[in-house]
Amino acid sequence: MIELKHIRKSFRVAKRNAGFSEAVKALFRREYETVDALRDVSFTIRDGEMVGYIGPNGAGKSSTIKVMSGVLTPDGGECVINGRVPWKDRVAHVREIGVVFGQRSQLWWDVPVIDSFELIRDIYKVDGASYRRTLSRLTELLDLGEIVKTPARQLSLGQRMRCEIAASLLHNPKILFLDEPTIGLDAVSKLAVRDFIRALNRENGTTVILTTHDMQDVEALTERILLIGRGQILLDGSLDELKARSSSRRTLTIAYEGGVLPQLPGVTVAEDKPGRAVLTLDAAVCPVSEAIARISSRVNVKDFSAAGESVDELVASLYREFSI
Amino acid sequence: MKLYWKLVLMQLKSQMQYKASFFMTAAGQFIVSFTAFLSVLFLFSRFHEVQGFSYSEVLICYSVILTAFSLTECFVRGFDVFPRLIRGGDLDRILVRPRSEVFQVLTSHIEFSRLGRLLQALAVLAYAIPTSEIVWSAERVAAVFLMLAGGVAVFSALFMLYAGLSFFTIEGLEFMNIFTDGSREFGMYPLSVYGEGVLKFYTYCIPIALFQYYPFLYLVGRSDDVRLIFLPLLGFLFLLPCYAFFRFGLRRYKSTGS
Repeated sequence: MIELKHIRKSFRVAKRNAGFSEAVKALFRREYETVDALRDVSFTIRDGEMVGYIGPNGAGKSSTIKVMSGVLTPDGGECVINGRVPWKDRVAHVREIGVVFGQRSQLWWDVPVIDSFELIRDIYKVDGASYRRTLSRLTELLDLGEIVKTPARQLSLGQRMRCEIAASLLHNPKILFLDEPTIGLDAVSKLAVRDFIRALNRENGTTVILTTHDMQDVEALTERILLIGRGQILLDGSLDELKARSSSRRTLTIAYEGGVLPQLPGVTVAEDKPGRAVLTLDAAVCPVSEAIARISSRVNVKDFSAAGESVDELVASLYREFSI
Repeated sequence: MKLYWKLVLMQLKSQMQYKASFFMTAAGQFIVSFTAFLSVLFLFSRFHEVQGFSYSEVLICYSVILTAFSLTECFVRGFDVFPRLIRGGDLDRILVRPRSEVFQVLTSHIEFSRLGRLLQALAVLAYAIPTSEIVWSAERVAAVFLMLAGGVAVFSALFMLYAGLSFFTIEGLEFMNIFTDGSREFGMYPLSVYGEGVLKFYTYCIPIALFQYYPFLYLVGRSDDVRLIFLPLLGFLFLLPCYAFFRFGLRRYKSTGS
């Protein structure tokens, strides 16, 4: 159980303009700017939930993760995770969580990955039997087989990310924080990582909190979405609810022959080449099924596909809506 | 403790991946501190004593402080390169692991190439001990070890203070070198040669004199007060405010964006 109430955190950052004279001036008189990374963040996450934490760059995603993992001490507000305040009871708290910082490595760079795993086992004081069991399961699920014998610096990004995730799970944490776990991965690695996270959540009941810019991650993994912008939670709901908020605009692509496309209310022709047309329609005025029925009564429709707004577009329009 | 050695071993393994770099740095360290030794040598080829301290007595002073400093630089390097831990985000990782911060910072960097400097310091010590006219007794042997221990404590505390400061500003920390490297350079001679003011500063502000000057007086027979050899232990007290300051900074840690 994760509970955050009115968490605030601000940073004071030195700022100066570019240029040599400005740099010299800054030596003597520093101008500071206060940045409110988190203004008022409150939410509750139950055990076993899988939550996507999204928002544009600089919205406060990483800061929230760092508060929850005990790295940052907030300026105000409450945060209780499994009955503990992360920054007050850090050592006991971090024993129960796993954290993957997507852009940083936790493996020792120059030694085989398995050596890093064994050190992590000792750091977390995992007993031998439980370590072997977890490792063999992770090896199988993440397909680590041979790559654990390679030094971390020689691994490809996808291989390394799989090792990073495994390293964060060797102590069987109850909560897993993933900060952009699929950043820079190829399609195969992405799918493997997603499958694994889903299995972990289903079989172990691990609570997963995921920050990402990849909306396919969100779509594939999470039922619940938290949208953060300018340091506040703007939206807390399911992906379906999100979709329902979006416009009813659909794109219809049809391949046809014979005759001319009829003019229909609520439908505009975006592109019409002989035999192939792209139509945009407002489903509230003219549902997709009706449009298909009326078009096929005039022309011979060979193939068609209908698409709603992609999740990326959806999120982009949300950002616009909240002007973040 | 077992984990400590494992982590030390890991550091050694990692550094041995780049053998040429390792040995060159170690050799470089050896040569650099050798020039300091030469400066002492040349000085004494003109003057035969400084404030009544003989050449080999000064060498003992020099080697004790250099040994303590290089031991600290080797094993407490994590605090010395602390700004790097902050900038690289390694501190975030340290904070999400269930071990004390100090333990993890200590094991994050162990600079074995500093052993080059240590080797030189020990060589000078090995030369100075038989040539000095010190009449060795159990107390005097203990004094040398206590001086070394106190030295490591005070230098570690200074490194920790430096680390604490880097939570607030990353730029402009060079001034701290006045206290770390500066103390090392000053400490090559018995601190009284610089005059009363410097001695007071290094007794009450940065307690270098506690392990370098006062027990040294007993060691070379200038004082008969055996209590002086325990003064280095007071140097350990200097760790407390520095550690408190480090904790204070840690609470205000900002982390870096990602």
